[in-house]
Amino acid sequence: MSYVAYADRDHEQEHHDPDTFITKYIYSQDHKVIAIQYGITAIFVGLIALGLSAMMRLQLGFPDDFAFINPENYYQFITMHGMIMVIYLLTALFLGGFGNYLIPLMCGSRDMVFPFMNMLSYWVYLLSVIILIISFFVPGGSTGAGWTLYPPQAISQGTPGIDLGILLMLASLAIFIVAFTMGGLNYVTTVLQARCKGMTLMRMPLSVWGIFIATILGLLAFPALLVSAIMMLFDKTLMTSFFMPAVSSMGTDPGYSGGSPILFQHLFWFFGHPEVYIVALPAFGIVSDLLSTHARKNIFGYRMMVWAIIAIGGLSFIVWAHHMYVSGMNPYFGFFFATTTLIIAVPTAIKVYNWVLTLWEGNIHLRVPMLFSIGFIFTFIHGGLTGLFLGNVTIDLPLSDTYFVVAHFHMVMGVSPVLVVFGAIYHWWPKITGRMYNETLGKWHFWMTFLGTYAIYLPMHYLGFAGVPRRYFAMGNTDFLPDSAQDLNAAITVSALFVAATQILFFINMIWSLKSGPKSDPNPWDATTLEWQTPDHPPKHGNWGHELPEVHRWAYDYSVPGYEDDFIPQNVGTDIAPAGRDHGGEH
Amino acid sequence: MEIGLITLAIILATLLGWLLKQSFNTQPWVAEQVSDTAHHGPFGGGSNTKLIALTAFLAVVTSFFALIMSAYSLRMELGDWVPMTEPQLLWTNTLMLVVASGVFQWTRNAAVKGQEGRLKPGLLITGVLTLGFVLGQFIAWQQLQNSGQFITNNPSNAFFYFLTGAHAVHILGGLYVWGRATLKVVLGTGETSAIRRSIELCTIYWHFLLLVWLILFGLLLST
Repeated sequence: MSYVAYADRDHEQEHHDPDTFITKYIYSQDHKVIAIQYGITAIFVGLIALGLSAMMRLQLGFPDDFAFINPENYYQFITMHGMIMVIYLLTALFLGGFGNYLIPLMCGSRDMVFPFMNMLSYWVYLLSVIILIISFFVPGGSTGAGWTLYPPQAISQGTPGIDLGILLMLASLAIFIVAFTMGGLNYVTTVLQARCKGMTLMRMPLSVWGIFIATILGLLAFPALLVSAIMMLFDKTLMTSFFMPAVSSMGTDPGYSGGSPILFQHLFWFFGHPEVYIVALPAFGIVSDLLSTHARKNIFGYRMMVWAIIAIGGLSFIVWAHHMYVSGMNPYFGFFFATTTLIIAVPTAIKVYNWVLTLWEGNIHLRVPMLFSIGFIFTFIHGGLTGLFLGNVTIDLPLSDTYFVVAHFHMVMGVSPVLVVFGAIYHWWPKITGRMYNETLGKWHFWMTFLGTYAIYLPMHYLGFAGVPRRYFAMGNTDFLPDSAQDLNAAITVSALFVAATQILFFINMIWSLKSGPKSDPNPWDATTLEWQTPDHPPKHGNWGHELPEVHRWAYDYSVPGYEDDFIPQNVGTDIAPAGRDHGGEH
Repeated sequence: MEIGLITLAIILATLLGWLLKQSFNTQPWVAEQVSDTAHHGPFGGGSNTKLIALTAFLAVVTSFFALIMSAYSLRMELGDWVPMTEPQLLWTNTLMLVVASGVFQWTRNAAVKGQEGRLKPGLLITGVLTLGFVLGQFIAWQQLQNSGQFITNNPSNAFFYFLTGAHAVHILGGLYVWGRATLKVVLGTGETSAIRRSIELCTIYWHFLLLVWLILFGLLLST
């Protein structure tokens, strides 16, 4: 069998353009359409989750003023908010959305290597979302077990959604994992096999690196969630005792004995911690490209950035038990997991330094994507530093059940990735739609979101220090808390509602742009990466017209000394280079 | 969680080794001509795409089974674990799967050598044996049920049903692909090279699931 690469035998392939509306936009096998389908679906469920958080904030800020929020609802809101945001929004949007759109375009391939499986991945994902949404409307409502679904309470009487809610949740997760696996195998194989000529691994843009490594993490970590979901389904439906200990529930014996809730926690967090990086690594990669492009400077320390992504990915598998300090463990284990957790700070800090050093003496253009990227550096440093606190067992124990943790993880894996999502949408919007958005409106959107989220999460750190417990529907008799804690809570609620409301600016901008935005230049940011060099704008089915591009340089040839333009696209040949040039020396 | 961790470490180390080779001592910022194969994946060029995808899928399945086995070993340490006596039928089933895997290899070799005449009998024998394995597993379940060994009796029982069931589901998935290849061979449709590729990949999958089964069976017997 002859070994011929995709790019090498491109001329043998026939490219059938889809011609009906249905094959073009509904049952499409085009990675760009699938990306948009993933994106719209993810953002739609994300809005539901945003609405749920607004309701939680109403209750926390103004307890008992809203009769329609009772304790059961509140727990359902918490659970579904967390689950949707982490899995159905961020994972799906970064990998299904940006992964699908960017991998083939940035690697110079015509599509994913298995387009049919790619399409199937979206439809199965949609099915998981539909099941998730149905669970809101079944008798008893959705599950209120918390997004971690810890047993025994997840399947014990007294928890909301004990009948159908939890079953649909677990089923939806299992289906999501199937969808993700189909998509993930595609992303990995496409990156490995379908790069165009000259695109070595070390010439790939960092966005692709981030998505690639995050996909590998997902492929290896999601089975842990699948295993725990199946075992919990068995405990719930077949009355096995994998996780369920002997419990007396509402005065009756449900018939379990001997199971280990800690076993579930191990499995869950074996997935759960890599999941943090499944969301973070694509954000790291994308933000690197945005910073470099809009600062007109090569990314500082490209190889270090690649290896930091890989190192973070590897380390993310050996820190999971830092989520379980309060569950109790052998002190030596606690020591081990605290150490590994703190070690992750090293490659992460390298990335942060490199981002800042990329900006150093760059020609910074404060366009909307750049604002969001710089905003990300702030929120990520902020959330990352509190992570160093919580990684230590002795500090985590008193803080674990307080709002300090809520503030930490919202800064680091809520606000930060979402800022990158917005930055990335603004950045690639002209490529996706062929139109520009309103810059001023975009800037308003950034500043209100950025400052607003600080107004939400900064005070939460203080609440946490003061000992305000998280997960509580109402504070009750907590005399140790000053009255001002409630005032702060009210202020946070106002900020949260404000930030939620300002997101309308984003949608107005995008809808306006789609309808009557000015046509954009094919490469409005003067970027080097391949997706901006497509023959058609926006790129058509097959991406590259008659011939695949050929790559001659890395993705970061910005402001190369001796050139008139301040960027050289990746597909520009080396013949324009003066002999013996060695540009920059800033590596 | 040691089993899961060690398995993952092996998978990640393999990947890391290849990535190191790709990136070590490169100077990405230098614009220069690179070799014509610099964009190829770990197993070479494009016709190996399905092999890469299969390898990645096997890594996912490995992770899946390793994690169940991790859970098995953690749960086993708790006080209420009563070891289960496995049905003798499992030995027969194992034998069937071993032979099925062997016949598949024979069929694959024939396909590579272009001995088309052997494909049909080879595929059919493999299919019958593999179906026999799945059926045998099902009968083993029946035997357990009849002797009062239900899934709820003990966690060891629950894990037995879970592990064998999960393995059988993966075999059924393989049989779907086998069915498509066999149909093409029987009907005489489809490209020879595509059928050969399909048989090659199926063979790898069969060997892999045989290995998984042997490990699972060993675990079940020894505990």
